[in-house]
Amino acid sequence: MKKYVGEKDPRISIVNKRLSTVNRIFIVMSPKGGVGKTVFSTIFSLILAEHGFKTGLLDLDFTNPSTHIVLGINPINYKPVEEKGLIPPNIYNLEYFTIAIYTGDKPLPLRGESVNNIFLELLTIVKWSNLDYLVIDTPPSIRDEHLDLLTFIGDKSELILITTPNPIAISSIGRLINLLKESSYKIKGLVENMSSGEYLKQYCIENGIEYLGSIPYDQFFDSKIGDVEKLRQSIIWNSIDEIVKKVTS
Amino acid sequence: MVHEWALAEAIVEHVLKNRENNILEKIVLRIGLLQTIDLDILKFALEELFKLNNISVEKIEFIEEDISLKCRKCSYEWRIDINNLDEYIRESIHFIPETIYSFFKCPNCSSRDYDLKTGRGIYVEEIRWRKRS
Repeated sequence: MKKYVGEKDPRISIVNKRLSTVNRIFIVMSPKGGVGKTVFSTIFSLILAEHGFKTGLLDLDFTNPSTHIVLGINPINYKPVEEKGLIPPNIYNLEYFTIAIYTGDKPLPLRGESVNNIFLELLTIVKWSNLDYLVIDTPPSIRDEHLDLLTFIGDKSELILITTPNPIAISSIGRLINLLKESSYKIKGLVENMSSGEYLKQYCIENGIEYLGSIPYDQFFDSKIGDVEKLRQSIIWNSIDEIVKKVTS
Repeated sequence: MVHEWALAEAIVEHVLKNRENNILEKIVLRIGLLQTIDLDILKFALEELFKLNNISVEKIEFIEEDISLKCRKCSYEWRIDINNLDEYIRESIHFIPETIYSFFKCPNCSSRDYDLKTGRGIYVEEIRWRKRS
């Protein structure tokens, strides 16, 4: 048995207690890369905060963190305050944590056990305040980060799945839906991204999950990444706002 | 108060889950040197937290574990002295030891694919409760 799951590791005992200050946890997932998880997670969090909810954003992509790029900040300038743990920095009214605070743009190649260790370390030392919502952005695939999330906090989390209407992406999301249903995790719903319609409404009905909404493709979107004011004026922001209203109502 | 407090909270929570009575005769913790944990602060935090949880602790023992690394590509083995590092790197590794992979490469072949064989983390090696007479 690996050290981190052994009975000797005290961090396992504290994970759930640490997140007891959070009312609702949304985990944004998709096994396929490039479907918009990070952009969605970041804007979704910003909108929650704008609606007056106390919101946290945790970037759980350790090897390729990128929520800070959407926010347009240099993360190494946002050190957490040490107060019986790490108090996440506040950015655009979000409590925010990413490993990029420590690694910046440096590569961080990790094997599985290292991922498990970072996961447990972060959940042990980062102290979120009394949050209405904590949004967790995840990397693509279904691997250590996702399994740790599901194992340790899956029962108190709501999963937001995101995909494009592309057949390959849909096939991937189908595998994830099956996995989550097998263990009765709570799927909040599915977001259809980069779409010119609501093609996946029927797919959601067939799979017994809620269709949360569609986000259109914006060919000029790349020029808005890193500028929250420009993001706020985009049609993507408005579409995600509708999804926020749906999940918070 | 520094982040050793958060680690102490995890240790105490772990002990509480294995609680047998109110007198902890001995707890032995293995501490990897990579994280540069301040043992005085950790001990102080543990004592305070045990007190808050109505546990009398008689002995807190630390076993320090050296840092050793082994390259997966060329099998080279080496050690590092964490105390001689730049403050920013030390702090990063202090909070999240795996950031070592961002800052260090194998000195022999420059690979970042190496194992941290020893020296990471905190593990509870022994919890000994006072036996009832």
